[in-house]
Amino acid sequence: MDTVVDIVLKFVAITVAFVVVLLIVAYTVLAERRVLGLIQGRLGPNRVGYGGILQPFADLLKFILKEDIVPDKSTRFIYFLAPVVATMAALMTMIVYPFGPEITIPFTSITIPLVITHFDVGLLYVLGITSIGVYGIMLAGWSSNNKYSLMGGLRSSAQMISYELALGLSLIGVILLAGTLDLALIVEHQSGWHGLRWNIFFNPLGFIVYLIAAIAETNRVPFDLPEAETELVAGFHTEYSAMKFALFFLAEYINMFTVSMLATTLFLGGWNVPFAEDIFGRGTFLFGLVSAIGFLAKVIFFLFLYIWLRGTLPRFRFDQLMDFGWKVLLPLALLSIFITATLIFLFPSL
Amino acid sequence: MLALLFILFAGLAIGCALAVVAQRNPLYSAISLVGVFISLACLYVTLAAPFIAAVQVIVYAGAIMVLVVFVIMLLNVEQEDRGRARLKFLVPTAVALAAILIAEVAFILVSVQEFRVNPTGASSDIGLTHSIGSQLFTRYLLPFEITSILLLMAIVGAMTLARRAKGEQR
Repeated sequence: MDTVVDIVLKFVAITVAFVVVLLIVAYTVLAERRVLGLIQGRLGPNRVGYGGILQPFADLLKFILKEDIVPDKSTRFIYFLAPVVATMAALMTMIVYPFGPEITIPFTSITIPLVITHFDVGLLYVLGITSIGVYGIMLAGWSSNNKYSLMGGLRSSAQMISYELALGLSLIGVILLAGTLDLALIVEHQSGWHGLRWNIFFNPLGFIVYLIAAIAETNRVPFDLPEAETELVAGFHTEYSAMKFALFFLAEYINMFTVSMLATTLFLGGWNVPFAEDIFGRGTFLFGLVSAIGFLAKVIFFLFLYIWLRGTLPRFRFDQLMDFGWKVLLPLALLSIFITATLIFLFPSL
Repeated sequence: MLALLFILFAGLAIGCALAVVAQRNPLYSAISLVGVFISLACLYVTLAAPFIAAVQVIVYAGAIMVLVVFVIMLLNVEQEDRGRARLKFLVPTAVALAAILIAEVAFILVSVQEFRVNPTGASSDIGLTHSIGSQLFTRYLLPFEITSILLLMAIVGAMTLARRAKGEQR
């Protein structure tokens, strides 16, 4: 009986987390358009609802109602499979991120952890699922039977494989510091020094490498070569329309969100808010609330950074991209491992 | 519960493995192989070996198979035609090998009387990252280092083969 209750509870937790995340993702799209408008000296969508607040839902409705065109000579099964794989892989990593500490609901003695699950290899799980996400883009490019799509798919998979290395290596410093792969424990490890014992202070180089590699992993500007409009129409999703296109769109923004969450969790102390523990005391409801809000605030900062970069930077050339990934980021990531290991060797109390 | 998961993922693994062989389109075969690897990873998780599971997904499904799919996409391999087996001796060889394999499995099933499916619970820490890491760097250090040298040699070899000779233009 207990297992059934457990499963139902997990199911509820996953549903709540997914709804919250999807809402934030939807509003990231709106925020992106408004902020880009701001950067480029125009307004952006502001007509649906107050200040454009209902725009994401209008977009969704439009995506559902549009005609779904399937190219004649596409490989049908894979053409349908690709957006599903992309979205699923993006959503599946959501279950290991600690959104906050354990909180006690007021006036009851029920404590709930603000994390869906955590296990020994949480970080490897995230990396593994992310690497599955490459298939969505590759298969989309191949099955569309379109040269632009194929070129986009090939570019994107080459890019993601290359930057995955730098991304993985940049995380090793954090693993060395925390001594675990469990994301919840990594956050716990950063809760000293009044909630300011963040890994970014010990491993700044790793953070920078991670940030750049993560932008490349999510195919965002300035690394958005897979969908470079000027040369490839729209890259791997050229032939996708209606809801299938929306799934790719969704996957990209969810990936942005998860990458930001990983950056927050690993480098910016996760849900640790400076001095929150001293003011509210550990385990109280307010502490949990402040921590969760702090976590989301840090994530939103990263999302804003993404939008800001998109409004600011031009696109790389493909050979520049490859050179940068292999000849600059990879050695830097190795250097950051070396520095962190030396630090730990010199100061074992870290 | 565990038995249910085992049946689910084992069935998925076998189904995908059959599809790898049966599909005529090499890309479909490759994708089915990815399915095999992922269901195997799920089986490892039920066997309390999460580290092996994660590595299985990252290395096999996430890296090696991506390269395989990449090559298939680049080469644009056409669908294989049915019924043109050029190497005729392969069929009897395959039958003989399959017979040997089945005989081996049958022998094991008969000879091993104590046949228990006993998945280790979460209490077992053999499969956890910490124990694997400490074992690798203490007890199994020599094989670990030899493997890494082997990989290094492979990398250097690949570099030597792939790089252009001096003065050679694109």
